[in-house]
Amino acid sequence: MESLTNKKKVLEQKPMTLLERMYLPAIVKGMSITFMHMFRKKETVFYPEVQREFSENWRGMHSLKRDEQGRERCTACGLCALSCPAEAITMISAERKKGEEHLYREEKYAAVYEINMLRCIFCGLCEEACPKEAIYLDGPIVPADYLRKDFIYGKDKLVEKTIEGVNA
Amino acid sequence: MSDKVKVTIDGITVEVEPGISILNAARQIGGDVVPPAMCYYSKLEGSGGKCRTCLVKVSKGSEKDPRPMPKLVASCRTNVMDGMEVQNITSPEVVEARKGVVEILLINHPLDCPICDQAGECHLQDLAFEHGSEATRYEFERRTFDRIDIGDKIQLHMTRCILCYRCVYTADQITNNRVHGVLGRGDASEISTYIEKAIDNDFSGNVIDVCPVGALTDRTFRFKNRVWFTKPVDAHRDCPTCSGKVTLWYKGADVLRVTARKDQFGEAEEFICNTCRFDTKQTGDWVIEGPRNISNNSVISANHYETLRPLPVVQNNALLQEANKEQFERATKF
Repeated sequence: MESLTNKKKVLEQKPMTLLERMYLPAIVKGMSITFMHMFRKKETVFYPEVQREFSENWRGMHSLKRDEQGRERCTACGLCALSCPAEAITMISAERKKGEEHLYREEKYAAVYEINMLRCIFCGLCEEACPKEAIYLDGPIVPADYLRKDFIYGKDKLVEKTIEGVNA
Repeated sequence: MSDKVKVTIDGITVEVEPGISILNAARQIGGDVVPPAMCYYSKLEGSGGKCRTCLVKVSKGSEKDPRPMPKLVASCRTNVMDGMEVQNITSPEVVEARKGVVEILLINHPLDCPICDQAGECHLQDLAFEHGSEATRYEFERRTFDRIDIGDKIQLHMTRCILCYRCVYTADQITNNRVHGVLGRGDASEISTYIEKAIDNDFSGNVIDVCPVGALTDRTFRFKNRVWFTKPVDAHRDCPTCSGKVTLWYKGADVLRVTARKDQFGEAEEFICNTCRFDTKQTGDWVIEGPRNISNNSVISANHYETLRPLPVVQNNALLQEANKEQFERATKF
């Protein structure tokens, strides 16, 4: 068959010299490289025990924020669910009753707020859409799990923990 | 054709019946040249002239008197004349004035769209989005009121009211005896029921539909869902009191809300009675006609893709077809 290029390099195999036939220098050379790598700085970390620092624009697990008085900021306006390209967010709103003013900031709140973490693509559009600064993707990596139903995160997992002393 | 008058709006000439308003002439053209209207409602006699959002510039009064009108005029209250030339969106003066009107309308309007049930089909929201500026210059305390229940089905949230008077005209003209009106004057005026006389008229629910903002809302729909998550479906039923032609708003299998059918200008095509609106919320009560067409610009049609038309795979260009003939035959052989 005709060659496609004229850059063909002809290799010819010569018989090995005595030094090459002994193999020992080559073994020593190879082992020295191996040992050299043992003392180098490791590129990997032991993940669950050691965690890398996240970059500033890292987007991880969602958290529903509270305001300065510990009240939930979310008013279930539905803009996060509307903007979500993966349609991962669902919510059911409810009206705030008398005496719940310390729990919810506005007269409407999300009674159920669920994010399907299997659907979520962590694009951050919900964060951008939120008019109340209620949702941020500032959490850690979403942990692995065994069952699909365990990936649907409700308010128990998403809402920020109350600060002691501010909200009973 | 001789008794029709010629009027030019934004360079588009249209022949209309004499004596109709500029706004209605513009609506006959349709499209972008239609001035927005917050208070005018074609089905309600006497409405209009209050919100000033429909201001237009008349650059030529008529064929006989070609002088321009000295000020911007409200197009819902100014009648057309033969040879009139009107500028709407082509006049920077009008656009600027409209921006000012929006700012004034928003002075006392609370920015609680995330809570308001009208959000998504609110005319003031659309208007502010199109013409308004991003921030307000108003730094004083806004006028606030407590929520009032007008009957057990309608809720009045006076804080959101822009005093368009549409509901008052509705109560006056559609229903037999008006039990609510506007009390007070100027800054202090407010929509109010005359004490303890809850609206129990058959057509009182229509004040919800005519309200351009979220001041009058359906209590049975309160906080149920956002309008853009519900699915509008046209339906009708045999109703002894009204035409029975409505739009049902579905979420899953449940009818969350029943409203009148609204045309492209956001006006109800036919007013419906309270039985249709509040009491018949079962699919079995209705004959379904099909999904309602919602404008592509509306948030209600967001994430619904039925209007998307993909480009044709085989293009109509004869030159391209000839060039790709061999490949096309190979691809379609099987």
